[in-house]
Amino acid sequence: MKYIDHHAHMVSRTTDDYQHMALTGCVAVTEPAFWAGWDRSGGDSVEDYFRQLTEFEPRRAAQFGIQHYTWLAVNPKESDDRELSRDVLKRIPKFLDRPTVLGIGEIGLNRVTRNEIDTYREQVELAIAHRQLILIHTPHLEDKLKGSRISIDVLTRARGIEPQRVLVDHAEEHTIEMILENGYWAGLTLYPQTKISPQRAVDVIEKYGPERICVAGACDWGPSDPIAVPRFAMEMRRRHHPESLIEQVIFENPVRFLSQSPKFKVTGAAEAARVG
Amino acid sequence: MMANTKPPTCPLSGAEVVDEYFIENRTRLLEIAAFMDRLDRVDTEHAARDFRMQVFAEAVEALAVPGDRLMRIQMLLSDPTVTPLERLDRKSALGAFDRGTKEARS
Repeated sequence: MKYIDHHAHMVSRTTDDYQHMALTGCVAVTEPAFWAGWDRSGGDSVEDYFRQLTEFEPRRAAQFGIQHYTWLAVNPKESDDRELSRDVLKRIPKFLDRPTVLGIGEIGLNRVTRNEIDTYREQVELAIAHRQLILIHTPHLEDKLKGSRISIDVLTRARGIEPQRVLVDHAEEHTIEMILENGYWAGLTLYPQTKISPQRAVDVIEKYGPERICVAGACDWGPSDPIAVPRFAMEMRRRHHPESLIEQVIFENPVRFLSQSPKFKVTGAAEAARVG
Repeated sequence: MMANTKPPTCPLSGAEVVDEYFIENRTRLLEIAAFMDRLDRVDTEHAARDFRMQVFAEAVEALAVPGDRLMRIQMLLSDPTVTPLERLDRKSALGAFDRGTKEARS
């Protein structure tokens, strides 16, 4: 069964991982701007990273028949640095017309500092000004509830926000209701430890239904599983959920959300978009 | 904005859920017991001093009370405040909220 991983930090991954993803049915990935695990020295370094995301990585993915799209932003882990953030925000617009850039992301909060909130608000405004899709990171572990509340409050107060064009990612059981109730898409990023497991993600689908929910494997440089989405599909099958429901969550839903950008076109996407 | 359609409930029966998931969760239960015993072997008083282990103990107790266990444990582990930090203290979260911090008391 084909699937799309809407949150995959592929620059952290080897070509073997691309191969495994292709072998398990991955047809497209979207890669949000990430923190490198160490703080970058300045805007030039981030700009090189944007070139990697928009020039090199799509070619690497294409070798395995996977389409590669990207999101640009100052990642929340670096967004407390206001000087770096202001510099990067000035550089982002010149990349927005590139053919694989879908929007602004991942933006949001990490430790929920005042500086992070200011940078987040500016990135939301940038996305609205350029009518870009938005991908939002919500914080880890004990910070997730507080960070999600404040992130959604900032969105609600932003003039011109279109909730159906925003995906709030890393949702868990205690945050998904506030995301869906406000009209946003919710992302469940499947992790072995720090976020939600495939089993709990299926529980969420059973509790809230499949509407406006996508799942992803993250593929980051820390403990994560590049074939987490197929594992989610296996878990759905383990509970005897129908193939049509699985396909809705792992393929049709991301197609619906991502196709709001005219740049997003994936094999089979046109048929999927007509479903329902 | 929530969907009006009825969510797809788990198709398995109660017996099938237990048949399918008992062994892997038995394993998890034993891992938790082993972790707590390991800590006690090293330092019998540490669990009482470490805010993470204090919450962990409350979460273990919450398992015994039926209904919304996962949500209650998520809330036990979470920062319930909405006050931003004035400055960045560290890059990473610790896994549980320290209710003894200045932010928690404010």
